[in-house]
Amino acid sequence: MSTAASQPSGGPAPRSLIQRLSTLLYTRSRLLLALLLGPPLIWLGLIYLGSLFALLIQSFFYLDGFTGLVVRRFTLATYAQLFTWSNFDIFARTTSMAAAVTVASAILAFPLAYYMARHASPRLKAFLYLAVIMPLWSSYLIRVYSWRLILAKEGILNWVFAELHLSWALDWLLQVPGLEGPSLSYSPVGMFLVFVYVWLPYMILPIQAALERVPRSLLEASGDLGARPGATFRHVTLPLAFPGLVAGSIFTFSLTLGDYIIPSVIGNSSYFIGAVVLSHQGTSGNIPLAAAITVVPIVIMAIYLIIARKLGAFDAL
Amino acid sequence: MNHPSDQRLHAVRFENVSRHFGEVRAVDGVSLDIRDGEFFTLLGPSGSGKTTCLRMIAGFDHPTSGRICLYGEDVSNLPPYERDVNTVFQDYALFPHMTVGENIAYGLMIRKAPRAERERRVEEILKLVRLPGMARRKPTQLSGGQRQRVALGRALINRPGVLLLDEPLGALDLKLRQQMQIELKAIQQQVGITFVFVTHDQEEALTMSDRLAVFNHGRIEQVGSPAEVYERPATAFVAGFVGVSNLVNSDVARTITGSPEMFSVRPEKIRLSDPDAPVPDGACSAPGHIRDVVYLGMHTRYVVELDAGGELTVVQQNLETTSMDALAARGRRVRLIWHPGHNRVVETKG
Repeated sequence: MSTAASQPSGGPAPRSLIQRLSTLLYTRSRLLLALLLGPPLIWLGLIYLGSLFALLIQSFFYLDGFTGLVVRRFTLATYAQLFTWSNFDIFARTTSMAAAVTVASAILAFPLAYYMARHASPRLKAFLYLAVIMPLWSSYLIRVYSWRLILAKEGILNWVFAELHLSWALDWLLQVPGLEGPSLSYSPVGMFLVFVYVWLPYMILPIQAALERVPRSLLEASGDLGARPGATFRHVTLPLAFPGLVAGSIFTFSLTLGDYIIPSVIGNSSYFIGAVVLSHQGTSGNIPLAAAITVVPIVIMAIYLIIARKLGAFDAL
Repeated sequence: MNHPSDQRLHAVRFENVSRHFGEVRAVDGVSLDIRDGEFFTLLGPSGSGKTTCLRMIAGFDHPTSGRICLYGEDVSNLPPYERDVNTVFQDYALFPHMTVGENIAYGLMIRKAPRAERERRVEEILKLVRLPGMARRKPTQLSGGQRQRVALGRALINRPGVLLLDEPLGALDLKLRQQMQIELKAIQQQVGITFVFVTHDQEEALTMSDRLAVFNHGRIEQVGSPAEVYERPATAFVAGFVGVSNLVNSDVARTITGSPEMFSVRPEKIRLSDPDAPVPDGACSAPGHIRDVVYLGMHTRYVVELDAGGELTVVQQNLETTSMDALAARGRRVRLIWHPGHNRVVETKG
């Protein structure tokens, strides 16, 4: 009231630049939207989708085997090269590893996520969050190489098995056809363990977020209507956590499909998709073939997402 | 109904039940009998222990001490899924991933009832709660009132011995709430199931209940029919919580009745008269002046400051009074007159 007296009557108060800017953005919400969404859309559109598109175009060129130069002419010949038995072997190996890692991560992640979402006190929950995320703070490479030491023949895991007089079990595992290797660090089993270790947090967090959103009253209602805890889990908890489970599995599945470091550090040096891409692109300079191979995990993921959609995983989004 | 039809058995019985959360005594030595087939309301302000009592009947919570019996069977430590009761939740708690039909059939599905029976009974229930043809909708496609009916149907389809309702009408607007009050009562009479209804809304409690218990600080202040509780509040708390009531403290009581006993008197029982109006023999009367006037359309509420100290609220029907007349009364000197039969001596506790 008192300040109004000092201003000329009737006229609006003089306003600062910031005030005028705020009013402009408030009244023209589309302008604000454009300013906010512009940079990320340019980033996503040009840099991300653009490079993906460039990759797709590359896959329709071919490498002249004689000159070793990329011929920029449309052809499906490069894709035809994919259809060999040895390539199928690589795709099948990578996909089944990704599937195994995803299933194992889901089984390991669910109880912990459930505990964090439903039972842990706020303090314990904060601690568990930290425990889940903390491994992501240190370098991925360092963690993979430390696993090589853990899994080595002279490593701590072997020692534990020996102390427990269980070395025979380990030896038996390492001669199972398909899993064999001189030690865990040179066996697909070791690779599987490291993959699960590295991607587990990406499975825990979405499941935990999904479970957190399930109101307690829904679980009470299910019990109230006569369902034992097992039935409540099957009919209420699991279906409602399913979108989180699918989100987590998209992470673990696609990250395993594309990874080339773990297969090159751990395991019996059999080829995985990522490593093949690296060798074609880096060593032999066959960028069209590398691009065509890269399309394979994209197609596998697309199929995966279509199945997930059919199962109703995105209904809740 | 799948419980013994022995009329002498109480549907729900609390025997000296307490529920403590650490230091907090949410429920403190409650004993209560709820008869078979009655509409019983647990009324009280938030934090008074009424909802904890309901949750203990449902089995979501268990007494620290004391016993809870359902139809004579001690259920104090049984889990919810082994009790013959069903609950209508405050937030409805409908399963979002199921259709209305699947929600309602949930209890039957759990008990592995044949599909044909399920479908038939879902149809019946949808008719009962007046949602025919809605079976294929998802809960998110329904309005608040419709979700309320689905929650009711989902509980009723199991034909429980006791139906528990946890402030189910709280989220509805006034018109819908009043309509649902009447409907709920009608459904209760139709199915003949014992309803235990929790609310903090005294009007709702008075409208719907056969009997009600008034809760305060984890204890029961009074149990009785709506008329009993309204007309003869047992304690000062009940007098203040159920309906509007004037509490006259001992000093003022002595000048009016000659006795120092504290009493309550309902605002609608007091007549507003001119200061020199004749007082009938044996009537209570007190002089004062009108401090405040609230015009409420159907009636007007006057707050009268007594010469003897304290205030009394008086409600008068607007028989001939216009809003102008009513508001002009502010500051006028008046004499309040009422029949001493309306005075209720109350004990003060809590």
